[in-house]
Amino acid sequence: MLLLEGIRKSYREPNGARLPVLDVPRFAIGECEQVVLLGRSGCGKTTLLHVIAGITRADAGKIKFDGRDVGRFSEAGLDRYRAAKIGYVFQTFNLLPAFNALENVLLGMTFVRGLKDPERARRLLDRVGLAHRWHHKPSAMSVGEQQRVAVARALANRPRLLLADEPTANVDPANQQNIIDLIRATCDEDRIALLMVTHSNEVAEQFSRRERLDEINQIAQAHGGAA
Amino acid sequence: MSLWRIALRSIQHRLFPSLLTMISMALGVTLVVVVLSVHGVMQESFTSNASLGYNMIVGAKGGKLQLTLNTVYYLSSPVENIPYEYYLEFLTADQRDREITTAVRVEAEAIRQAMAGFDLLGSPAVGLAPASLLGGMIAEQALERGAARHLDRGRPGKFAIYTEFALPVCLGDYLGNFRVVGTVPELFERLRYGEDSEKKYAFKAGRNFQRHSEDHGYFEAVLGSTVARELKLKVGDPIAPAHGSVDGHKHAQQFTVVGILAPTGTPNDRAAFINMEGFYLMEEHAEPVPTKTESEKSADGDPATADGGASVEPPVAAEQPFVLPRAESSSIPLPLEQRKVTSLLVLSKQRGALSLQYLVGKGKDAQAIFPLQEILSLFTFIVTPLQRALLFLTAMICVVSGTSILVSIYNSMSERKREIAVIRALGAGRSTVMTIILLESIILAIGGGLIGWTLGHSLNAAASGQIEEYTGVSLGFFDLAPGLKMGDLFEMASTSGVWEWKISPEVVVLPALILLAIGSGFLPALSAYRTDVSRSLGS
Repeated sequence: MLLLEGIRKSYREPNGARLPVLDVPRFAIGECEQVVLLGRSGCGKTTLLHVIAGITRADAGKIKFDGRDVGRFSEAGLDRYRAAKIGYVFQTFNLLPAFNALENVLLGMTFVRGLKDPERARRLLDRVGLAHRWHHKPSAMSVGEQQRVAVARALANRPRLLLADEPTANVDPANQQNIIDLIRATCDEDRIALLMVTHSNEVAEQFSRRERLDEINQIAQAHGGAA
Repeated sequence: MSLWRIALRSIQHRLFPSLLTMISMALGVTLVVVVLSVHGVMQESFTSNASLGYNMIVGAKGGKLQLTLNTVYYLSSPVENIPYEYYLEFLTADQRDREITTAVRVEAEAIRQAMAGFDLLGSPAVGLAPASLLGGMIAEQALERGAARHLDRGRPGKFAIYTEFALPVCLGDYLGNFRVVGTVPELFERLRYGEDSEKKYAFKAGRNFQRHSEDHGYFEAVLGSTVARELKLKVGDPIAPAHGSVDGHKHAQQFTVVGILAPTGTPNDRAAFINMEGFYLMEEHAEPVPTKTESEKSADGDPATADGGASVEPPVAAEQPFVLPRAESSSIPLPLEQRKVTSLLVLSKQRGALSLQYLVGKGKDAQAIFPLQEILSLFTFIVTPLQRALLFLTAMICVVSGTSILVSIYNSMSERKREIAVIRALGAGRSTVMTIILLESIILAIGGGLIGWTLGHSLNAAASGQIEEYTGVSLGFFDLAPGLKMGDLFEMASTSGVWEWKISPEVVVLPALILLAIGSGFLPALSAYRTDVSRSLGS
């Protein structure tokens, strides 16, 4: 379903020099596959997810999603790709504070043409155990509840691939497992592929396919895992 | 979820700064509405007051504007008077003879009555006529001789052929802070007011004053609506004008209010009209009898006699006029030669205006002016720049209001970068987030605009009574600011086609203001458009 080939990405530093952060010769995820990506802070995990989601463009290489070259998409095409195919769970949840739980979930399907389904949003909230808190704003919710709303939002657009960027990093230990279970179970049920980034071995051990970004990313290798 | 709802939620989330922005916008719009109303009311009031019902004022030589301000608006310091004979020169032969004869007879009759007391001393038995009859006859003959010498009868006034009507006006006294106008009852019958001079003066209470009435003699008065209201006067009340100024001493002679004018929105609302005959009978209003030495007479070189009557100068007495000693009685009208008028309101015949102006101006005492011309120049030199200043102020308000929205939204952009990045990560395009920001400025601009419009019109409605009283322009809650010609609004010189259409400037300026406010949201919207999603999510 997803194939990355020769992906390179660098950032321009204030002094004008280029700082390479990604050099991934090959990486692939199959249909409905659940993959965990291990790596220390700063090794390019978030950049890789941004490249896959089309949030940022790679400097070089090919990203093929269902056989289509995402790198060739126009700006608007990338927006549509992100809206329709990708679900994203952020490390810091990134719920919009102006909206209540239900509206935050609805926001996840607002930008997909023809997908306006408040009932689905309610069902998703019910699935994450927050049906009764639909009208609460993020500020009135606990951290665990906020992350569950974020998961519901990421699933609202019926994505093909869910990208989860250290979804339990800011959640208290008691809720960490619940969040992981929730994400995995939902992806299973909805036949959604999952790429979860974590630096927790405990989380990683629950996945049958574990990848280390230090090994995939040649830049990280060159810097001895310090990138 | 619609983009409108997203924008609205965003505004609600920043309720306080959003409210401040909206209030700033609302105050701007309120000011614009008020300024445009003031502008429109000034314009409409001017247009309305410029329709005077007469086209010329004849008054003493001197400042034209002062004469206009005095006569039309009852403003400025009083001007010099002109002899009453000028008035007679605007009358037809019949009217003129009637004026002279009536004055002579009324005075003779009054003298006859005054001498009736002597009848008690004389006796009809000895074959003598009663003293009153004799006295009256002698007086009438003497007055006739005097008048005939002084004012030749049987001819039309020299300016009569150019004149539709002439109304005398005597100014100088005050009732409270309001001017007292001594005039003739025909004033309210002849004059019209309103934009097209189509409205007749009407009485809210009572009736017009008369030259002489059974009940009040020569001392009847009619009050403008504002005078009656502010001084709390009603029909039947006595009034005593103050001489010369607001603080002048009060005349002993009182007038009775017999009528109160309906509001007209003209300066006449702020004047008290009294019978001119009564005006002359108040102390210090009689002119001293003119006496001339032979040398003065020859120095004048009276053209009336020199060029066979072609002169425009009213005839001056060839010899001393006959003057009876006046009893201190209010029942004897002032002799004509002791009268003066401040000005004459003249409606000239269609082609007579310029001739009239030339002929009157040729004399040494008087001038004839076109008040509309004076008002127009006053308007051009003072009011138009003021109006331009108001429009400039309006434009500045628009810019400030627009800038407040720009600043408010733009300031929020730095803290909203992450929010915008999240929305973009959820699939929103650049143009979508740009639209959301523009929708926010639309909501703020329209919301503020509606609040401001309501506030501005509430102020207009609250002040409508006073506005109507002072200007005659009615301004209710739902009334837009009075219309201006498109040409005036856009400073176009053309006087044809669409530029002649009258529209309320609110119809143009308010949408423009809202568009400007919306436009000011463009800069923050552009900032949203350019947001670097990856960097903002990582921040």
